Amino acid sequence: MSISTILNKFDIKHADIIKKYQEEGKKIIGCSPIHLPVELVYAAGMAPMGIWGSYGEIARAKEYFPAFYCSIVQRIMEMVLDGTLDVLSGIMVSTQCDSLKALGQNIKRVYKEKNIPYIHVAMAQHRKIEPGVDFNEIQYRKVKAQLEEISGNEITDEKIEEAIKLYNKSKVLMQEFVELAAKHPDVITPSWRSIVLVNANYMDRAEYTEYLEELNAALREKEVVPWKGVKIVTTGIITNSHSLNEIFEENDMAIVEDEVAQESRQFRTLVDENTGNPIRALAKYLGDIEGCSLMYDPDKLRADMIIDKVKKSGADGVVYVQAKFCDPEEFDYPIFKKALEKEGIKLVMIETDQQMTNFEQARTSLQTFAEML
Amino acid sequence: MSNVEAKPVRAKDLLGAIVANHYQSAWDAKNAGEKVGWCASNFPQEIFETMDIKVVYPENQAAAIAAKGGGERMCNTAENNGYSNDICAYARISLAYMDVKDAPELNMPQPDFVLCCNNICNCMIKWYENIAKELDIPMILIDVPYNNDYEAEEDRIAYLKGQFDYAIKQLEEITGKKWDEKRFEEVMEISQRTGRAWLEATGMSKYEPSPFNGFDVFNHMAVAVCARGKKESAEAFELLIEEFKQNIAEGKSTFRGEEKFRILFEGIACWPHLRHTFTELKEAGVNVVGTVYADAFGYIYGNTNELMQAYCSTPNAISFERAVDMRLKAIRETNCDGALIHINRSCKQWSGIMYEMEREIREKTGIPTAIFDGDQADPRNFSEAQYDTRVQGLVEVMTANKEAK
Repeated sequence: MSISTILNKFDIKHADIIKKYQEEGKKIIGCSPIHLPVELVYAAGMAPMGIWGSYGEIARAKEYFPAFYCSIVQRIMEMVLDGTLDVLSGIMVSTQCDSLKALGQNIKRVYKEKNIPYIHVAMAQHRKIEPGVDFNEIQYRKVKAQLEEISGNEITDEKIEEAIKLYNKSKVLMQEFVELAAKHPDVITPSWRSIVLVNANYMDRAEYTEYLEELNAALREKEVVPWKGVKIVTTGIITNSHSLNEIFEENDMAIVEDEVAQESRQFRTLVDENTGNPIRALAKYLGDIEGCSLMYDPDKLRADMIIDKVKKSGADGVVYVQAKFCDPEEFDYPIFKKALEKEGIKLVMIETDQQMTNFEQARTSLQTFAEML
Repeated sequence: MSNVEAKPVRAKDLLGAIVANHYQSAWDAKNAGEKVGWCASNFPQEIFETMDIKVVYPENQAAAIAAKGGGERMCNTAENNGYSNDICAYARISLAYMDVKDAPELNMPQPDFVLCCNNICNCMIKWYENIAKELDIPMILIDVPYNNDYEAEEDRIAYLKGQFDYAIKQLEEITGKKWDEKRFEEVMEISQRTGRAWLEATGMSKYEPSPFNGFDVFNHMAVAVCARGKKESAEAFELLIEEFKQNIAEGKSTFRGEEKFRILFEGIACWPHLRHTFTELKEAGVNVVGTVYADAFGYIYGNTNELMQAYCSTPNAISFERAVDMRLKAIRETNCDGALIHINRSCKQWSGIMYEMEREIREKTGIPTAIFDGDQADPRNFSEAQYDTRVQGLVEVMTANKEAK
């Protein structure tokens, strides 16, 4: 099968994914950013569906949030209010940033009227110490009970373990895909790279894993064509905007690594297997994650991790894709910038949001950056 | 001997002296070679008070700098260092101070460690992480996960207790000072006394007219933040109660002029525009009698478990339902005629539930509400014209409501 035929399997509209779940009689659980225990949803025989907003206007959400709010949060609220998310049988919202806390409370109010369960996922930020892992385990047991009620299925340890293994397997494949994509930017363009990685948040994970095995196998076979353009590493919350990826492509920029919340941050760490207590393993996983702007990190490892990625991938520079009004990312930027400057690594920051229709400023910045590299 | 009687000591002077002494004792400790920390406003002060460790409060300093006109200068410094103007202005001012190490409005010692608690917001974590990283100093975190339930249950209390033990161990290693259980009991006792006195004093706004100008609470709050575990604070607030009682008996108030309307002021003060925001209300005979800030620093507990629960109950750590009840209680107890809501550009968490909160307040109480845009410390995010129009609108409805009665 040709690479383009396999790639097309990943290019599915969210509406079609939902339709498929509905035809299979599968309940769908919305999962907000980030690091939620999607394995528990899967183990309950339901479909975890990433809720990362969508590109479009903000109208009714303005009744809930002031203009200086993160557009992902505002667009999620818009989809809650306009009925787009009424297909959900429940929604899990985390509390890792202040905007998500407010989002959860506002959704809870609206969903009470719609009779859709709201699943609050409290997460310990002091996630590495024993009391933090204990707390997270207790929260996950509460989440499990709610999911069992919604699905009507018992979530056994065996099923959770199976889900962990499936997700781990897909994560390893995604890590390999990132490496293969860096070798073959002629076919895995930024747009395709984004489609493949981002749709993991929506597609059935078993099916996704199967497709990715095929894709990786085909890419492994493919001859490497020397890349004449520049190589970049991306970082931020989301970079799946079609316009943004087009600009990367226009400027012959290949993404050879990423440190993006909707992409690598979710698959660079695996959950421990065969521990005898898979819920605790999921809780411990939160403590194993490094370098995420939404997770407590007094050592601020993110910059060191990117520097390492740049060196290993031979990238020419880093693009910091700042989601407008996302303060965890805004706080990281000055520290990040300083660390990269110290290493002599080129960096550009561009701001994006999900209401954006005009990308001219980003286009100019990226053009200049590409020329400089 | 002179037969001129000594001027009676006023609570206001005592409270001012406590704040001055708070900063001075931190300087003295620093100069004596002791380790001094920077501390979040709602960090469980019982920990370091017990260990006799000196800390200062960046939020308090940022408010003081902003009130004295230095907010924009410091925010600009932070922005020149790469911080977005979207970030909380307290954080920007503090991160600027960490860099320039001088602010004529209010100086304080540089930190040897930071004490962070996110029961007010997760922004605190990011802010303190950056200080810890930039200055290469240890960070101590008490994490209070946002609670969707009404009460803090056993899981949260156990998590907090575990973190207390961890924090104490960290502090013992950093400072060389030791934890003393007996002293902890004493500190809890004093803090209780302060908390009760603070709540009683601020609760006296329920009298009509209120014995005090509501904006006084913003000023007295510094002591409730910085020195809850000190005997002097309890004594000063107890004196404040006596003064208020006397005002009530004599029909007096520190609010000058007739108290025509009584309102809830929702949110943090606009420190850079404190005078304007106050004057506009005062001229219309509007006194602030309700704030959620009063309750925010009145930590009441009878034992260690309740202490943990109290720190899980700060306004930004509680569920929407409980947050609404908190406002309704303040409005009903103080008999408010209206509510003025500050959409604070610096505070995403607070602002993110405020539109729905406004609808709830209107529906549950029937009182009129008005919203204005502002900022706790960045003067650029406030418009006098908008504020005045919104206040005038609120006053018109409150007037019409009174006339209709």
